[in-house]
Amino acid sequence: MSLPNDLTLLTAAESRAALDNREISSVELTQAYFDRIQVVEPAIHSYLHLMTDVAMTQATEADRRIDQGDIRTMTGIPIALKDILCTTDAPTTAASKMLDGYVSPYDATVVAHLREQGAVFLGKTNTDEFAMGSSTESSAFGPTMNPWDTSRVPGGSSGGSAAAIAAREAVISLGSDTGGSIRQPAGFSGVVGLKPTYGRVSRYGLLPFASSLDQIGPFARTVEDAAIMLGAIAGNDRMDSTSVPTPVPDYTAEFPTDLKGVRIGVAPEYTVDGMEPGVDAAVKAAIGKLQELGAEIVEISLPHTEYALATYYITAPAEASANLARYDGVRYGNRIEGEDLMDMYLKTRGAGFGTEVKRRIMLGTYALSSGYYDAYYVKAQKVRTLIKQDFDAAFEQCDVIVAPTSPTVAFERGSRTSDPYQMYLADVFTIPANMAGIPGISIPCGFSEGMPVGLQLLGKSFDETSLLGIAHVYERAAGWYKQLPDVATS
Amino acid sequence: MSLSRRDVEHVASLARLGLSSEEIDQMQETLSSILGHIDVLSQVDTDAIPPTAQVVGLENVLREDIVRDSLPQDVVMKMTPGSRAGFISVSEVMAGNGDGESA
Repeated sequence: MSLPNDLTLLTAAESRAALDNREISSVELTQAYFDRIQVVEPAIHSYLHLMTDVAMTQATEADRRIDQGDIRTMTGIPIALKDILCTTDAPTTAASKMLDGYVSPYDATVVAHLREQGAVFLGKTNTDEFAMGSSTESSAFGPTMNPWDTSRVPGGSSGGSAAAIAAREAVISLGSDTGGSIRQPAGFSGVVGLKPTYGRVSRYGLLPFASSLDQIGPFARTVEDAAIMLGAIAGNDRMDSTSVPTPVPDYTAEFPTDLKGVRIGVAPEYTVDGMEPGVDAAVKAAIGKLQELGAEIVEISLPHTEYALATYYITAPAEASANLARYDGVRYGNRIEGEDLMDMYLKTRGAGFGTEVKRRIMLGTYALSSGYYDAYYVKAQKVRTLIKQDFDAAFEQCDVIVAPTSPTVAFERGSRTSDPYQMYLADVFTIPANMAGIPGISIPCGFSEGMPVGLQLLGKSFDETSLLGIAHVYERAAGWYKQLPDVATS
Repeated sequence: MSLSRRDVEHVASLARLGLSSEEIDQMQETLSSILGHIDVLSQVDTDAIPPTAQVVGLENVLREDIVRDSLPQDVVMKMTPGSRAGFISVSEVMAGNGDGESA
């Protein structure tokens, strides 16, 4: 293979080949990423913490392993981790003042898997505080900029992990998705983002937001790279009793070459008022491409789609209110002393959490409180059943469902921060998959007004193989993955 | 669905969130607005529908009752913001107790 001068132009698959052939070392590759980070970080702010010393040690060790032929899929590959995944050798802050300076005493299971494989950790990436947001603007440590247009948001909550891929500050990154927090920033940032089936990847060490919705997943420049990372992190874990014992296939073993015989569902409910015409056009063109490649387009209906946003904004805050009760200043994190224990709680949590986090804790506490529990929380759980049943019925008629990832392209920073519900609407197409637990992927499908448009594919539970295969065929035929932003560095 | 200021104060207390007067006002406004949007759920007939608490379908995920290593005490003590003599210490649970020293 002829190597580019800038090694950050290689995909993970290409890097793997170059490493294994000894054309490059992991140390050189890692250094190339840190050089790149130094140039673009001032403009992008993908990272909250860089792990330079750790990374160089890991890269050196990876080179030693590769020399001895002890090679796994991720050995020597430089990656970034959303700062909501516990790491023992870097802070984990969830982009919150509550955990500023916190260093976890244990690794998340996905981190442990990658460490054991010999991956190289470049750093921890920026996120909306406690993963609650759609733009990475609620981070307590400053926003991340969209590498395609730095006046716009990269999406959220995993905006740092998405931007890092688009700006070539890592070759693969990990994020988390509760209502779209991988897929939506992938769409906004013009990269691949995959939310696996709920239960496919262990949540141990992922600071929890909504325990019945959260999943960890990869960002990458190609579907193949995302598939490689999924294989490295998926699997049953005794530390997460919601992780399933279903065996992990080799996701890259059998990519198809066309889409003959594939039935792709299109639902009219995935067109909404306020959808940008440019997004609509790009998605329609992509559907045309899928047909050209041999797929049969099937009209389906997902009638409860319009209720998904409301269902989510009861369920997720309710679960969050329970999950964030642990941040009380007692055992870890930051504490503000008070006159008594209650006063300490009020002051600590009042100061430690930002506005959006407080808002969601309040919403969730209200929905679960005596007198309101049935009307709000139980009601939402019942509508959730209907949303899941919609997908079950649809998958009788099709193999995957195609939809836009988001109704618009990435919006300007500050343009949606005054009305929370406007911000929430960015996730209207991604939320249903979390409610049903099914896997979803966003892949680039074109541009509108110079900004990337994301195409979303939704698949059957535990059938990431089909999802990735179909996404890969489209990606290769359409070629959008070849385009990367010129990051303005001044 | 409109929340009163008293509702907001009650929920904030349940959630152990210390909100300023301004924050309470803002919260009253935004929460009422969001709950207004969420009211759309009342349009859905769910009488015969069971709730879905989790989608993974697993039940009773158990392990053998064997003692394993847990977090070492010294690691725990390094993390806590307040400690004394090897214990995690906090403010008095109830103030006005003349005997106790505060943390």
